[in-house]
Amino acid sequence: MGKITLNQVRKSFGEVDVIPGIDLSVEDGEFVVFVGPSGCGKSTLLRLIAGLEDTSGGIISIDGMDATDLPPAKRRLAMVFQSYALYPHMSVRKNIAFPLKMAGMDPAEQEKRVSHAAKILNLGAYLDRRPGQLSGGQRQRVAIGRAIVREPAAFLFDEPLSNLDAALRVSMRQEISELHQTLKTTMIYVTHDQVEAMTMADKIVVLNAGRIEQVGSPMELYRSPANLFVAGFIGSPKMNLIDGAEADKHGATTIGIRPEHIDIGGDGPWEGVVGLSEHLGSDTFLKVNAGTLGTLTVRASGEVMMHHGDSIRMSPQPGKILRFGADGKAMA
Amino acid sequence: MATAHSRTAARLMLSPAVILLLLWMIVPLGMTLYFSFLRYNLLMPGMETFVGFENYYYFINQPAFWSALSNTLILVLGVLCITVVGGILLALLLDQPFWGQGIVRVLVIAPFFVMPTVSALVWKNMFMNPVNGIFAHIAKSLGLQPFDFLSHAPLASIILIVAWQWLPFATLILLTALQSLDREQQEAAEMDGAGWMQRFVYLTVPHLTRSITVVILIQTIFLLSVFAEILVTTNGGPGTASTNLTYLVYAQSLLNYDVGGGSAGGIIAVILANIVAIFLMRMIGKNLEA
Amino acid sequence: MARKASNTRKAVVTIAAWSIGFLIFFPILWIIILGFKSEGDAIKTPLQVLFSDWTLQSYHDVQARSNYGRHFWNSVILSVGSTVIALAIAIPAAWSMAFVPGRRTKDLLMWMLSTKMMPAVGVLVPMYLLFRDFGLLDSRIGLVGVLTLINLPIVVWMLYTYFKEIPGEILEAARMDGASLKSEILYVLTPMAVPGIASTMLLNIILAWNEAFWTLQLTTSQAAPLTQFIASYSSPEGLFYAKLSAASTMAIAPILILGWFSQKQLVRGLTFGAVK
Ligand SMILES: Nc1ncnc2c1ncn2[C@@H]1O[C@H](COP(=O)(O)OP(=O)(O)O)[C@@H](O)[C@H]1O
Ligand SMILES: [Mg+2]
Repeated sequence: MGKITLNQVRKSFGEVDVIPGIDLSVEDGEFVVFVGPSGCGKSTLLRLIAGLEDTSGGIISIDGMDATDLPPAKRRLAMVFQSYALYPHMSVRKNIAFPLKMAGMDPAEQEKRVSHAAKILNLGAYLDRRPGQLSGGQRQRVAIGRAIVREPAAFLFDEPLSNLDAALRVSMRQEISELHQTLKTTMIYVTHDQVEAMTMADKIVVLNAGRIEQVGSPMELYRSPANLFVAGFIGSPKMNLIDGAEADKHGATTIGIRPEHIDIGGDGPWEGVVGLSEHLGSDTFLKVNAGTLGTLTVRASGEVMMHHGDSIRMSPQPGKILRFGADGKAMA
Repeated sequence: MATAHSRTAARLMLSPAVILLLLWMIVPLGMTLYFSFLRYNLLMPGMETFVGFENYYYFINQPAFWSALSNTLILVLGVLCITVVGGILLALLLDQPFWGQGIVRVLVIAPFFVMPTVSALVWKNMFMNPVNGIFAHIAKSLGLQPFDFLSHAPLASIILIVAWQWLPFATLILLTALQSLDREQQEAAEMDGAGWMQRFVYLTVPHLTRSITVVILIQTIFLLSVFAEILVTTNGGPGTASTNLTYLVYAQSLLNYDVGGGSAGGIIAVILANIVAIFLMRMIGKNLEA
Repeated sequence: MARKASNTRKAVVTIAAWSIGFLIFFPILWIIILGFKSEGDAIKTPLQVLFSDWTLQSYHDVQARSNYGRHFWNSVILSVGSTVIALAIAIPAAWSMAFVPGRRTKDLLMWMLSTKMMPAVGVLVPMYLLFRDFGLLDSRIGLVGVLTLINLPIVVWMLYTYFKEIPGEILEAARMDGASLKSEILYVLTPMAVPGIASTMLLNIILAWNEAFWTLQLTTSQAAPLTQFIASYSSPEGLFYAKLSAASTMAIAPILILGWFSQKQLVRGLTFGAVK
């Protein structure tokens, strides 16, 4: 079981309110991603859940029990740190077995669990090496191994992939997702990368300046962002935000349209001049100077060949325009 | 990092060190301060009377105090000049590539590990002795009259001995600083057309300034308290020619049994050291921020 | 600079550096040599000394005459004893300051440092009287206490700078893994800090071994370490150069060897981490 509930949880460092008050519930077995810009309080929130920081107020409960004042060791949570935080003086085997040793488990059972974890994570060949002799991806796996042997109520990940190169990041992302499918244990995963959030999460929590901007499934956030912040944060490339006369036409202060929801060619209502075209092969991204609309990003198919200075016409796909009011909130 | 739990534990684990040092600070120093206001002679126990600042008055007004003060300053400044200038030159030399770098480094550092009584006695007897010392042998072989260093230039001789002990320290620290010089910065300056001299003046010297300051301040702390070297070579003499403040306090309190006067001298030494310490602490404190 | 210095230049630097290194090291070399000479030969001119016969006589004399062994053991007990106690007090303290820093941690560190700046002579009189009144004069226990206290700030500081380099996340990981504070320090922090603790220990042994204020003031014979023993040669009778050299060589050899291992740490320890 691993249901985690936050009730008006606050954290301030001295004068600074880093987290002014958060209510959130993470269901058993759910993969929840906290996403938000750097410095918005994601790590702090995760560390509050872990018990590595004291709350300044509010209640954290795990499986219905008040865990607010429990020390980290008693919360049955496992954490994977950004820096991996492996014990450099211990072999991989000892690293993975450490939590079991701390729990006083008998050596035979320890060994069994370690080899089981090593098998899942493909670490069998490295068990007697030191962390210093491993690659970044292998270290990451050891850190995960150390977390899974304990069979915790939930896993906490703090930007676990940010020290890996791009290719490895993609494959580790998939491994973690698969691990979640296998173990079906609650996972809370912190990242600033919205691609990770979109691809991995059952539920995304978008944080900004210590506040929750929106909670929802990836597609909910993609389709109907609750406000301009979420609209701008989720989706890559970023949603085009247009204000002024064009927004007025839709009765909004700002309208948003995603690059993939603008069609080019024909006799669309918008016109502009191509400033930059990026050919990725599969797609082409165009930066179009569209006069009073500002600069629009448009996603076209990879076959489209456009060049700097070409004039084009564009049309927004019907029903894909999102409207935002003066307060930045989405309008019905 | 910190939870209330770990903070409590931290406080508990910190307290032995803090309490011990606090006692070490307060008890003896408080006693010195207290004694310094008493007429208190070990030969006349039970006769202690409160005399206000009298001890300070007499301590400062004895001729030996002023010579001790000037000897202390000359000793500190003399050793500092030799070790800092020598240390910079030596560090620059040892920073160049040459054969046997590791061995020479070890040779140069070695004097720092020699206990003060050994180095003082070795210099006194094997080198500076006017009959059997190496300097005397050299002088005689050149047809010169051997010079009796410790009788005729006692302070200078002690400066030489102490400088020999501390030169390695200055060299080692400045060498460490030189080796942490940013090579890319040097290369960038070279690309910008800066010559060897300009790179030295505009890049190396500013980089070394901090380390030189640290060397000066730390050595000063230790040099203010030079004791063993004086005790085993000249006993502060002839007269008070090589008596420094530390030695004077020792002589007054443990050789003349004048506890009150010695304590007053001790307090004066503490004040002197604190003036230096304040500068040193600022330096180190600044470094803590970074 | 990755460029190759010309060999001529390198040769010139080599000669200069070796000559200066030799000059600086010469007094030490000289006592090592004199220790193996007879008293009669030891006072001759340098060249005569070099070509005179070698003998172990002085080493025998020193051992026979003067309980050399006791003084040596006193030095060992005082330096190692005070170092071990200082470490036992300083490791928990440095852990606290490095990993659970509070608002006043910095002030506390600076204050500890300031106790090191207090000149010994400022507390000479009361320490002497306290030692006298408690019967601690010329006792190893009393001196171990004093040496512990005077070096404690350096030990705390050195450990602090080493601990600071250990990422706090690793200790947090241990905490998440269910380690108690004791296990955290015992199984995770200490093994990781072994190099730092070892060099702190080394430097502190060196400093305590060579300490020559309190050892001279507070001991006479029973508890006297080598510093005091060597000082007794300041008013000797008869010829003594060879014996002094032999005794000195034995007194400095262990520390010279330890010192060579700790060059780097020396810088860091003696500058309180201001130069690394
Ligand atoms: N121990 C601390 N003391 C003071 N401020 C802190 C501390 N830890 C984090 N903060 C501040 O809290 C804010 C949120 O930090 P963090 O949770 O690490 O952000 P994120 O992980 O989202 O990048 C930042 O502004 C940071 O400066
Ligand atoms: Mg973070």
